[in-house]
Amino acid sequence: MSTLETQISDWRAAVMRGGAVDTADADELEGHLREQIADLEAAGLSDDEAFLIAVRRLGQVSLITAEFAREHSDRLWKQLALTHHNDGARQPVQLMLGFAVAAGVLIHGGRIAAGVPGADTPWFLRDVSLFVLPVLAAYFAVVRRMSVASSLGLAGAVAAVALAVNLFPFPPGASTDVLVGIHLPVVLWFAVGVAYVGGDLRSSAARMNFIRFTGEWIIYYALIALGGAVLLGLTGLVLAPIAPQALDTVFTWVLPAGVAGAVVVAAWLVEAKKNIIENIAPVLTAIFTPLFAAMLLVSAIVYAVGSVGREFDRDLLVVFDVLLLVVLGLVVYGISARDRAKAVGLSDVLRLIAVAAAIVLDALVLVSMFARVGEFGFTPNRVAALGLNLVLLVNLAVTAWLIIRMLAGRAPAVRLERWQTGYLPVFFAWLLFVVLVVPPLFGFA
Amino acid sequence: MNIDKDLVAAMSTPLVLAILAEGTSYGYAILKRVRELSSGEVEWTDGMLYPLLHRLERLGYIRAEWGQSAEGRRRKYYEVTDTGRTQLADQRRQWETANRTLGGLWGLTTAGSQAGAPA
Repeated sequence: MSTLETQISDWRAAVMRGGAVDTADADELEGHLREQIADLEAAGLSDDEAFLIAVRRLGQVSLITAEFAREHSDRLWKQLALTHHNDGARQPVQLMLGFAVAAGVLIHGGRIAAGVPGADTPWFLRDVSLFVLPVLAAYFAVVRRMSVASSLGLAGAVAAVALAVNLFPFPPGASTDVLVGIHLPVVLWFAVGVAYVGGDLRSSAARMNFIRFTGEWIIYYALIALGGAVLLGLTGLVLAPIAPQALDTVFTWVLPAGVAGAVVVAAWLVEAKKNIIENIAPVLTAIFTPLFAAMLLVSAIVYAVGSVGREFDRDLLVVFDVLLLVVLGLVVYGISARDRAKAVGLSDVLRLIAVAAAIVLDALVLVSMFARVGEFGFTPNRVAALGLNLVLLVNLAVTAWLIIRMLAGRAPAVRLERWQTGYLPVFFAWLLFVVLVVPPLFGFA
Repeated sequence: MNIDKDLVAAMSTPLVLAILAEGTSYGYAILKRVRELSSGEVEWTDGMLYPLLHRLERLGYIRAEWGQSAEGRRRKYYEVTDTGRTQLADQRRQWETANRTLGGLWGLTTAGSQAGAPA
């Protein structure tokens, strides 16, 4: 490409940056530029001279784009145009709707088989995720064109887990039953992950994409749930005076199907808008990391001063599990949007403060709980809570170490990312342990 | 002589509409015509013409259509609409009034003030 062509295409790229000038506008401006250059060259100027004068006459790029932005302010609000992107790479809406309906139908099948509402059938509560998340995994298997062998392998693994937890002889009210019910959805989410990466489990980048997907999915699901709650609430208020008996029907039939179907719809939305809208999870993370860092720092100091000789309720462990999970989330979604080429900055320091304070806080509580050996009393719930706590603590300790090395300029930021994606199997192993090993270990108590 | 920026901005709409009222045209040619008419005294940053054209299009004063130049390059042509002509006539009256008012003070007589002499 000649110098002039390179200069023109650079200029065009600069004009289009920021999104206020679209392709058609850029065509129009480029046409103008070329005509001006041609006229100036006809008057005897060289390529370079003609280009410089033509660009100068068009005006500063920042002023042009600002003027375009004023006229086309809607363009700055990127719109998710559902019909425009149905080319091969994108997933057609119909396929997504098909899977969403399938999830809705399945959940009703399970519900009717369990006799809910009315009958007291704990298996339905435990298995409820089995009616929904495998559908999402199947959806991704289809969209990602996963090989038949991998798809069958994944389906077989999910079926084996489903069979195992349903063959366990849980007595009514067993706490291991509840534990399985809590951990099973997360185990199945990993199955969704396998389908999401199309079976490409080794790639750290693919795993990171699934982590990003998870964060966005949670946010989109929460937004859809809010909309659904408004819809159902208004339906209730509108129908109540005229047909109070219809309310039960609405809530029995519409609510479960909506909750299940939205799982697929949210996943589709995340994928469809991936290139259009900035990820939200990292933005929320940027807002909350400093706040959490401050909160954790203060809490760590208060605990360090006041926890000596104090006895903590064992159930407090669950609160600290949640806390460590949130801190881990802040770290992971913070680094997920981190520009790898960027130097370390204040956000890394804040992240380190949050992580270090969380570790200290958690260690203080753990130590005081174990201060009197043998008094812990290993119930299934405590084993699950303590195990998760240790798994998270190890992750965060290494994370803190890697951030310190990064701040010292000894390790690249990508090491931290690799550590997080590499740690996913540990989480999975622990979850599988709680679902498949803990119940028999405690005699299904 | 450089004409004040605000004044250029104020006259830009009637100027573009008037040029398009002469016949369908496109961005580069419109600017050439402006330069020619004002003997280069109306300084206009070329790039600013396009957002203005798009605004006039949104308001319904002009209509745009993609066509081809003689060299086969894609080019966007603009054409004035009936609403645009009404708007132009309205703006013209306003400018003539402004012209006459100032002319009365400054003792100038222009073509505009004669055409619209007070009854």
